[in-house]
Amino acid sequence: MSRLRTSLSVAIVISVGLIVLSGYFLDLPMLKTLQIVFLRWAALLGAVALIVGVFNLFNVHLRKINTGQKGSPYSLVLIIALIATVLIVGLLGPTSFWSMWIFNYIHVPIESSLMAVLAVVMAFAGARLLGRRFNAFSIIFILTALLVLAGSISLSFVDFPVLAELRNWIDRVPTTAGARGILLGVALGTVATGFRLLMGADRPYGG
Amino acid sequence: MSQIHLFELAFAGLFFVLLIMFALVIRKRPEKYLREIPAFAHLGRSVGLAVEAGKRLHIALGYGGVNDIQGASGLVGLTMLQRIARAASISDRPPIASSGEGTLGILSQDTLKSSYQAIRSENQYDPIYGQISGLTPFSYAAGTLPIFMDQQVSTTVLAGHFGSEVALITDANERVGSQTMAGSDNLEAQAVLYASSQDPLIGEELYASGAYLNAGLMHQASVRTQDVMRWVVIAGILLGSLLKLIGVIE
Repeated sequence: MSRLRTSLSVAIVISVGLIVLSGYFLDLPMLKTLQIVFLRWAALLGAVALIVGVFNLFNVHLRKINTGQKGSPYSLVLIIALIATVLIVGLLGPTSFWSMWIFNYIHVPIESSLMAVLAVVMAFAGARLLGRRFNAFSIIFILTALLVLAGSISLSFVDFPVLAELRNWIDRVPTTAGARGILLGVALGTVATGFRLLMGADRPYGG
Repeated sequence: MSQIHLFELAFAGLFFVLLIMFALVIRKRPEKYLREIPAFAHLGRSVGLAVEAGKRLHIALGYGGVNDIQGASGLVGLTMLQRIARAASISDRPPIASSGEGTLGILSQDTLKSSYQAIRSENQYDPIYGQISGLTPFSYAAGTLPIFMDQQVSTTVLAGHFGSEVALITDANERVGSQTMAGSDNLEAQAVLYASSQDPLIGEELYASGAYLNAGLMHQASVRTQDVMRWVVIAGILLGSLLKLIGVIE
């Protein structure tokens, strides 16, 4: 039964994948229609998966409270906040006064605080890099980061146009060249992953 | 069919033919043509140590939607999850996967379930081991922190789509003394991971993980195909530049 289910899943993935890919290359109306239908289904399933995801989050934290695990008071706060938000946004609408209040006075400040913490964490990570991996690449990494930072800040009492020019050059030449090289590798890896899925060699759907 | 579509079709066709060809070659002569990437050697050792010490492994899959281009890195993460789940199946504490997207979360549960079914230890599977930690980048990062703070995680593998907020995860990992191996499709995240993780994977190294973790013939064929196609693209760029220089194309 399990093998039959796997074979059926593989057959569905390969046929749907081929139709969507062919719809991109071939200009056949029937193929285009099928491609659009499948892409819409995918978007719809993605939305359903989001709801399932919220239930999963709820379930994980509920179990944490029930089993009295470490940090369960935080899980209780999460569950209360989740239920309250779903009720308020669901009943009053996403643009109502209270929905916007939650967004502006809870969500945005929390994310902004995390962003502020992130800046400090990244500065520490940069400082610790040389201790972790002392090699030429790490030295270049740190020096470039410092040069870009120095070229970006504006101080009223000092003015170094050379630094700003150097920052622009780093941004335009080595950064663009390096980024393109890395993105080329990422793109080829993405294509290879797509082909493996299309051929049924990768089966992340329980195969 | 437009000229650009014809070109893309030729590129995809060549990629596919090379993939099949290399798969056949590797099947006949099963030699490994892989350069050494320290991160994968460390991962093998970390899995062994985690099993011995009764610690947990954590695989963070990021928040890239499977429906768009960012999903490929998450799918690579799922392959890693499958291999790690099988390798650590005898551990008292099974690996845990976290994700920040609905479909990726469901697929991580499915991957764990099928991995345990394949080695006939279904009783180890619990849906809670494939959890969705948060649905926005920062909430995902914040929701992931309790996993390695509370669950005795010895190694965290980050494989998927992340942004610069990934530094919060790697920093917290370092605080609890956990090893981090990390790769992402996002350039910003790669720069942050280079500075903040013990074993960063740069560029296409993440996509080669299946080949290094013995996920199958096609993964090894993929790596070799990517190597050849990279030269094809480089030749194309150089040829295009030359033709533009001499005025053949505008």
